[in-house]
Amino acid sequence: MLPPPQHPTLRGLLAALTFATVAAPGFALAQSTVSEAQILAGPCASCHGPAGQSPGAIPSIAGLTEADLTAKLTAFRDSPPAGTTVMTRHMKGYDDGQIAALAKYFAEVEG
Amino acid sequence: MNTTRRTLIAGLGAGAATFALPGLIRAQNASAHVVVVGGGFGGATAARYLRRYSPDLKITLVEPSETFVTCPFSNLYLGGLRTWDSITHGYAAHSAEGIGVIHARAEQIDGAAKKVTLSDGTVLDYDRLVLSPGIDIRWGALEGYDEAASDRAPHAWKAGPQTQLLKSQLEAMEDGGTFVMSITDGAFRCPPGPYERASLVAHYLKTNKPKSKILLLDSKETFSKQGLFKQGWEALYGDMIEWISADNDGKVAKVDAGALTVETAFGVTHKADVLNVVPPQKAGWIADRAGVTNDTGWVPVKGNTFESAQVPGIYVVGDATIAAPMPKSGFCANAQGKIAAAAIIADLAGAAPAPASFVNTCYSLVGPEWGISVAGVYYFDGEKLAEREGSGGVSPLEADASFRQAEAVYGAGWYASISADTWGTV
Repeated sequence: MLPPPQHPTLRGLLAALTFATVAAPGFALAQSTVSEAQILAGPCASCHGPAGQSPGAIPSIAGLTEADLTAKLTAFRDSPPAGTTVMTRHMKGYDDGQIAALAKYFAEVEG
Repeated sequence: MNTTRRTLIAGLGAGAATFALPGLIRAQNASAHVVVVGGGFGGATAARYLRRYSPDLKITLVEPSETFVTCPFSNLYLGGLRTWDSITHGYAAHSAEGIGVIHARAEQIDGAAKKVTLSDGTVLDYDRLVLSPGIDIRWGALEGYDEAASDRAPHAWKAGPQTQLLKSQLEAMEDGGTFVMSITDGAFRCPPGPYERASLVAHYLKTNKPKSKILLLDSKETFSKQGLFKQGWEALYGDMIEWISADNDGKVAKVDAGALTVETAFGVTHKADVLNVVPPQKAGWIADRAGVTNDTGWVPVKGNTFESAQVPGIYVVGDATIAAPMPKSGFCANAQGKIAAAAIIADLAGAAPAPASFVNTCYSLVGPEWGISVAGVYYFDGEKLAEREGSGGVSPLEADASFRQAEAVYGAGWYASISADTWGTV
């Protein structure tokens, strides 16, 4: 069983970010504080490249649609497609809210 | 910041302290100075993410060397699969991003006065300090293994001249020689590192000196990714690699570097043609100077921020820290550097940071087309660092050749990405 969401304010924060990013593309709050989505996304760069743009053999994830990212990340966790290597071991550490935050972040991130 | 956005944030952020007074926060960041000591995976990453998170912050990176050679993939260099240049990185990206880069050694840190004294006499005042000290060797903790001994029996556990010395010794070794590695117990950098090294030395010997042997004398009874390594060794190298655990008298008690011999706890002497000692370790010495180490020789930290548990305002990241269950890996150092950067941004703003989240993934090569991995997802549970239940683990033992090949390719992909993330180079 996955641990419960650690941060009940996540959805509220994401809602706020939704509007903020509509008003000003990119992460409007980045200069003041670092968002929970940025924190969650931090380690992804170590394999998928800075801001999700990979220079090497691991696929880039920046700019995929939010729906596509949500579907892929959830599938890695719940029913990994053939050929999956390490991603299922990663995604078993994330709940639905965190996957939603990651999907939104990489759909909108700018290098 | 335009009025629309400020209004929007003020409205949406009601009740959330982190959104308060963005104008004031920017002003505080603009006048603050963050010094980063150490340009490896932890420090070089922290500096760049501080810049990413705060375009106005004054950031200074202090690193003695003009280039950094990574321990990750240094085993590929030993095995003849990578050039030296390909594991060497510089700091041009940092300079281009407006980070002041000073190539000097930090000699003293005064956490009360918030000053760092450098080897060239410069004194830097800081508001927050990031310390990424790496490891140092506990010279003499293993009898006979002092710094002079490492000139004859290299540790090669800090990538640099020691790594090149070990490679030259392997190249000079006669076919039919024995490569002996003594492996420490306790906390040490890169838990799977000794076994990847054995693998890639075996690859080199099988290719060039096939009558040679590898003897691993281990102070532990089990090791990282053990089943996967042993499976790969048998498949690729037959009986070339012999591993002797502590309970089979594998623990080395004494090193004679002049004679290239080691003596075990029960008095058995093994003769080497090339002797590699992975010795007892501790946090890099500047951590002692800063007063952040405890009696273990390592650095206790607050798990949600990686601020020192002993000295406020000093954030310590990487192999020097006590961060279990996270391993001492470049991947973790990079992840911790980002968390420390975010925590500093929040702290300068008088706000609480968002909850920390970490990942580790360590790829090891058993052979050029045989990769294996261990992974984990970590968080701060309010009291300590913990692994997310159900996450992580090692590659499946029953995987086929295409899976092993994919993980070898992904390992190289990881190296390209984390290098780009940390130094802006691939």
